[in-house]
Amino acid sequence: MIALITDNAVIFSVLALAGLAITFGAILGAASERFRVEGDPLVAQIDQLLPQTQCGQCGYPGCKPYATAIADGQADINRCPPGGHQTIQALADLLGVEAKPLDAEHGVESEQKKVAYIHEDLCIGCTKCIQACPVDAILGAAKQMHTVITSECTGCDLCVEPCPVDCIDMIPVAEGLAEWRWKLPPSSRELVKNLRPGDLIASDHQDRAA
Amino acid sequence: MRQIWNFHGGIHPPENKTQSLGQPLAEGPLPAELVLPLNMHIGAPARPVVQVGDRVLAGQRIADSSGGFSAAVHASSSGEVIAIEDRPISHPSGLATTCIVIRTDGLDQWVDANPLANYRIEDPARLVELLRQAGLAGMGGAGFPTAVKLQPRKVVDTLIINGTECEPYITADHELMRSQPEEVVRGAELLAYILGEPEHILIGIEDNKPDAIEAMQRAARGSRAEIVVFPTKYPSGGEKQLIQILTGKEVPSGGLPADLGIVVQNVGTAAAAWDAIVRGRPLTSRITTLVGENLLHMGNVRVRIGTPVQSLLDWIGTQSGAIDRVIMGGPMMGFALPDLQVPVVKTTNCLIVPSTAELPEPPIPQPCIRCGNCAEACPASLLPQQLLWFAQSENFDKLKAHNLFDCIECGACSYVCPSNIPLVQYYRAAKGQIREAQKEKLTSDRARERFEARQQRLEREAEERKAKREARMAAAKAKAEEAESSPAPSTTADETPPQIDTGGVERQLIALKDRLDKLQAKADAADNEDLRNKILAQMKSTEVKIAKLEQQLATTEGQS
Repeated sequence: MIALITDNAVIFSVLALAGLAITFGAILGAASERFRVEGDPLVAQIDQLLPQTQCGQCGYPGCKPYATAIADGQADINRCPPGGHQTIQALADLLGVEAKPLDAEHGVESEQKKVAYIHEDLCIGCTKCIQACPVDAILGAAKQMHTVITSECTGCDLCVEPCPVDCIDMIPVAEGLAEWRWKLPPSSRELVKNLRPGDLIASDHQDRAA
Repeated sequence: MRQIWNFHGGIHPPENKTQSLGQPLAEGPLPAELVLPLNMHIGAPARPVVQVGDRVLAGQRIADSSGGFSAAVHASSSGEVIAIEDRPISHPSGLATTCIVIRTDGLDQWVDANPLANYRIEDPARLVELLRQAGLAGMGGAGFPTAVKLQPRKVVDTLIINGTECEPYITADHELMRSQPEEVVRGAELLAYILGEPEHILIGIEDNKPDAIEAMQRAARGSRAEIVVFPTKYPSGGEKQLIQILTGKEVPSGGLPADLGIVVQNVGTAAAAWDAIVRGRPLTSRITTLVGENLLHMGNVRVRIGTPVQSLLDWIGTQSGAIDRVIMGGPMMGFALPDLQVPVVKTTNCLIVPSTAELPEPPIPQPCIRCGNCAEACPASLLPQQLLWFAQSENFDKLKAHNLFDCIECGACSYVCPSNIPLVQYYRAAKGQIREAQKEKLTSDRARERFEARQQRLEREAEERKAKREARMAAAKAKAEEAESSPAPSTTADETPPQIDTGGVERQLIALKDRLDKLQAKADAADNEDLRNKILAQMKSTEVKIAKLEQQLATTEGQS
C-alpha cells in the first residue's frame, strides 16, 4: 500500500493535496465558529458615527435603525441634521462613497446645542413626554411634575409635540468658559468682500500703514 | 561651560524690548475696585470663602482651591467685598465668569504674615500645601497650578527655571531678574528642596538680557543653581524647547517633562514661591510690562492682581485719541482684550497698547503656495501647511496623525508665512473642534446606551404583556371548554358537592406539610417537656387537617 502510494506520483500528490485541503478546511471551519461575529459589524460602525440623538429626523425610529438602513443600502447618508456635514463626511469616508450636502427634507444643521426645558408650573404630570423621550432623560410620574435631566438630554425635540399643555421649550445651552472654542478664521472670500479699492496687493496695505 | 543644544526651527522677530527697560520697576496704582476672577489658573475655579459685605485685608484668602488641580485667590489690598458676580475676564472669548469684587479702602492693610525663615526643617509635602494655599500658578503665561507640578510621580533630576522670555515686547521676567535676582535664586533653591534636591538646578536665560544675566550670576555665586545662557531665538522659552536647549532631551509626543525627570518653573513663580514661604506673603501682585506707542510712559510695573486694565492705563497715561486695541501677552501668542474693564491676572505678563503703525491689522491671507517656510520655522517639527489643509477640510484623523496636539501655538509659522495665512488660528480652532468631538462622542455613547436600555425595557414589557394576555386567553378558553364538557347543572344542584378549586387545596396541602416538617424540627429541638407537648398537639391537629384535605382532594378527583 505504502509502496504503491510512494511509487505513484499521481496518487501521492492527490492524497497530499486532499490532506492539506482537509487540514486547512478544518482550521478555517473551527476559526469561523470560534471567532464568529454576532450581528452586522458594519451597522455597529455606522452607528458609532451617528450622533445618537435618537430624534428620528432621518425617518427611522432612532440612530440604530438608520444605521441598519444605510448598511442595507436603503437610506442615503445625508439624512442626519444633528450630525451635520461632519457626520456625513465620516460616513462617506467609512463607506467609500462621495459626501453629499445634507438633505434639506430632513431638517437643517444647527450649530447651537439645545436641551428640553419643562416649565414646571405648567406641567400637569401626564407622562406623555416621558413616553416620547428616547433616552429616558425625563423624570417624573403620573400627576407629578416632570423634569428634564439636562446632562442626558440629546435635544431631539421629540417631547415637545406630545405635551398637551405646551410646557416644554427647547432652550439653547449657555456657552460657558469650559465650552468656549476658538473659531476658524474668516475665509479669504469673506475678507475680500470688505476690500477697499487697491487693497488687493500686500504692498498697498503696508504703504497705508506706514 | 555647560553644553547647550539647539531645537528645530524658530524665528528672530524684532525684539522691541528696550522701550520698557528704560525705567526702573514702578509700583502700580491702588485702584478703587479690584476684580479677582476665581479661575486665573488652569483647572477647577476656586471656591469663595468670603461673603458680600465682608471686610478683607490684603493677603487674606478669599477663595480656596477646590480640589488638587486648582489655586487659591487672595485679596490684593484691604477693603470691602462688594460683589461676587459674573464679570468679563481677560480671556479671548470675552465671556464673563464669577469674580470677587473688592472696593479698596486705601489703607492697604496686610494680614499678619506667617513667615517660615528656615523652610529646610519642614516636610516638602507641607511646603507644597503652603504654596497651594498661597495661590501659586505658573506665571509664565499658562497659569498651571504650581503645587501640581511640584508633586511629580517620577524622581526629578533636573529643575529648570525659565528666565528665557523669548517673546518680543515682554520684559517682566527680565526686570524681575535684574531687580530681584536674590529672590529668584533663593526661590529656585526652595523649589529644589521641595522636589527632593534634583541633581541640576538650571536657570536658563537668553543672551539678549546682559544686565539680568550679570545680576543673576552674582546672586547665584555659592549657590547650587547654575545660570545657563544661550542664543536668542523665538520660541526658546517654550517649555519643551527650553528642555531641549538645556538638556538635549526631547519631551515625547503627548508626554510631560516629568516623564524625563524634569520640572520647569518660571522665574516669576520661583520668586513668588520664595515670597510665599519665607516671607509668608501669598501671590497678590506681579510684574507686568506696559508697552506700546499709544502709552505716554512705558515700563515694568508691580501691579496688584485684580487691577482693571482701564485703571492701569489711566494711571500710566495714554495718547489722546481712541485706543485701537490692547493686547494681553506678547504680539506672538497674546490676544486682543475684548473689554478694558477686565482685570490683570496672575498670568498677565504684558499689556501692549500699540499704535496702528506699530502692529498693523493683519493683511488679507492669500492662498498657500507650498513654500515650506512654515515647516522650517516650526519648533515642534510639524508640517504646518499639511495641518492647514486638514484643518480646512476638518479631517480630524489626519490632524491627529500629523500630531496637531504637539503644536505649542507659538505663531512662528504664521510669522514667516508669505501668504499671511493665520495658521495658528486654524490649529486652535481645529484643536477645539477635536476636543469637542471627543466630548460629543462620550455623550453620544451614553445616549446610545440609554436608548438601547430603553428599547430592551420596552420589548421586555411588551413581551410580558403579551405573555399575560395569552395566559388570560388560555384560561378563559379552558374554562369555556370545561363548562361545555361538564353536564349542565341539574335541577337537584344542591345534591352535588360544591365545586372545589383543586389548585387551592393542593397549595394548602403543601403549606400544611411544610408546617408539619417545621414543627417536627422544633419538637426535636425543644428541651422543655411542656413546650414539646404543646408542639406535638399542634402537629396532631395539622395532621388531622392534612388528612381531611387529602380526602377532599380524592373525592373531587374521583368526580371529574
